Amino acid sequence: MTERYQLIVIGGGPAGLGAAIRARENGLSRILIVERDVELGGILNQCIHNGFGLHYFGEELTGPEYAGRVTDRLEGQGIDIVCDTMVLSIESGAEGHRLCLMSAKEGYRFLDTKALVLAMGCRERTRGAIGIPGTRVAGILTAGTAQRYVNMEGYMVGRRVIVLGSGDIGLIMARRMVLEGAEVLACVEIMPYSGGLARNLVQCLDDYGITLLLSHTITRIKGKSRVEGVTVQQVDASLKPIEGTEQDFDVDTVLLSVGLIPENELTRAAGITIDPRTGGPVVYENKETAVDGIFACGNVLHVHDLVDYVTEESEEAGKAAAMYVLGQEKEHPEKLEKEAIDVVAGPGIAYTIPQKIRPAGESEKTRIFFRVRQPYKSPKRLVLRDGEQIIASSRRPYMAPGEMEHLMVNQHMLEMIKGRTLVLSVED
Amino acid sequence: MVKELICIVCPQGCHLTVDEEKDCQVSGNRCARGVAYGKSEVMNPTRILTSTVCVRSALHPRCPVKTDRPIPKKDLLRAMTLLDDMVLVPPVRRGDVVIAKVLGHSCDFVATRDILE
Ligand SMILES: Cc1cc2nc3c(=O)[nH]c(=O)nc-3n(C[C@H](O)[C@H](O)[C@H](O)COP(=O)(O)OP(=O)(O)OC[C@H]3O[C@@H](n4cnc5c(N)ncnc54)[C@H](O)[C@@H]3O)c2cc1C
Ligand code: SF4
Repeated sequence: MTERYQLIVIGGGPAGLGAAIRARENGLSRILIVERDVELGGILNQCIHNGFGLHYFGEELTGPEYAGRVTDRLEGQGIDIVCDTMVLSIESGAEGHRLCLMSAKEGYRFLDTKALVLAMGCRERTRGAIGIPGTRVAGILTAGTAQRYVNMEGYMVGRRVIVLGSGDIGLIMARRMVLEGAEVLACVEIMPYSGGLARNLVQCLDDYGITLLLSHTITRIKGKSRVEGVTVQQVDASLKPIEGTEQDFDVDTVLLSVGLIPENELTRAAGITIDPRTGGPVVYENKETAVDGIFACGNVLHVHDLVDYVTEESEEAGKAAAMYVLGQEKEHPEKLEKEAIDVVAGPGIAYTIPQKIRPAGESEKTRIFFRVRQPYKSPKRLVLRDGEQIIASSRRPYMAPGEMEHLMVNQHMLEMIKGRTLVLSVED
Repeated sequence: MVKELICIVCPQGCHLTVDEEKDCQVSGNRCARGVAYGKSEVMNPTRILTSTVCVRSALHPRCPVKTDRPIPKKDLLRAMTLLDDMVLVPPVRRGDVVIAKVLGHSCDFVATRDILE
């Protein structure tokens, strides 16, 4: 026998929770959240540092506090929750979607739902993904795994540490390791700039006197059973190691912070179009994917650095899912699809979310989120064009790839559009 | 002297300049919190400290904690040592004081999550 829900949310992190709560507020009554971990909260549970919620809650919270605030809102809402359960597959038909779930307690089971919100978050790129030569020894782990060990399980992962990559998790773990008594010898970044938030460079590296080596990478890891040292080399403009710049570091641990990838195996298998630039599904302005009734939000859609934006995005997805289920959409999606405008990442822009906008769709205002390709230290103009015509533009004093930006377009601007594509670019 | 800083109060990370000659006048901030940060960063830098303490729970070996106010930067490592021998017994609730008056400052270490059993 299968049960039928109006909405199933896959993932119980801030994205999943935000979507479920907003869908409830917009009139859905049969909602289920499926989480594969033993508790709700997602990655926030291990992010014990502060820096969450200033934008959304107006105060600075730690990750667990932010998760606590959001889960408190579930109280008394009548939203079903199953933890320790993983969604294995999605099958979509005319009537809706059938999910295959797996848990130790209940084994396999199937559940049917009218709408679906994907909120599976992201995972870390591992050593294999970038291929450092050397021995395969203990002591090499991703910064996020180290974060879980240290902050949740309570054991130290090393004494003399080098961090490869300057993403936020790497920076945060560098500080955490120092506070727990380890020595962090350096943070090594292959690019000429850091991918982390400026505030993390200040309060995680500068505060503790940790050197950031830009345009450097680890070219060799040595050791028999445990890491015994690494070789670091400077790289040239094409990121090739420069001979003669070798430096050896005596470390027992290498933490990798070399990027995050949206977790989209399920999405792909469900036949949903993936944008190679974000690694997440292609979405419309209301966060609906290419498959009717399937929405996506949070890190599964694109990697966020601020949970506040994850919450806002998930609320949009939750509301849109509710409208879909209750049949309150103005027009049939297929008709709207014909009018959809492509939003294209032009010069200087790495990607945009959404990738498609339906001008006659639900949203009064659409925020186009994007990242720039390189840091801009002097003021630049962001320009959204329909052919030659400027639809929106905005000046920014400073931009960096590590910091997600957004540009607002309203219904009025969309009505001016004559063509089928909008190009967003960085101009002088 | 004019000091260049990055405001760390929120993730916007505004690029501030603080003019020490002109009574620590701050510019480059996008909000008022940046002014306060710029001044204190030059005169007496402080930080919120977050860490974990041991808790007797079957599900969660560690309970995350934070100082409920920023403490002087120079005291961070000393404050860490206070947590070493601490053992909490559930139920612990978000906001419970774990250590009062950290190093004599007017701030406490508080739990940042619920651990009920
Ligand atoms: C180390 C780190 C530091 C950060 N620091 C900050 C910061 O200082 N300030 C800030 O504002 N933001 C910060 N962020 C960003 C913010 O925390 C994240 O962007 C946000 O938590 C993402 O939420 P999410 O719900 O999309 O993903 P997650 O929190 O990862 O949640 C996804 C959930 O889905 C579950 N799941 C996945 N697949 C399945 C499946 N098949 N079946 C069932 N469940 C599944 C996972 O178990 C997980 O619980 C940080 C992020 C990281 C990783
Ligand atoms: S000045 Fe205001 S907006 Fe800018 S980083 Fe500081 S707190 Fe954030």
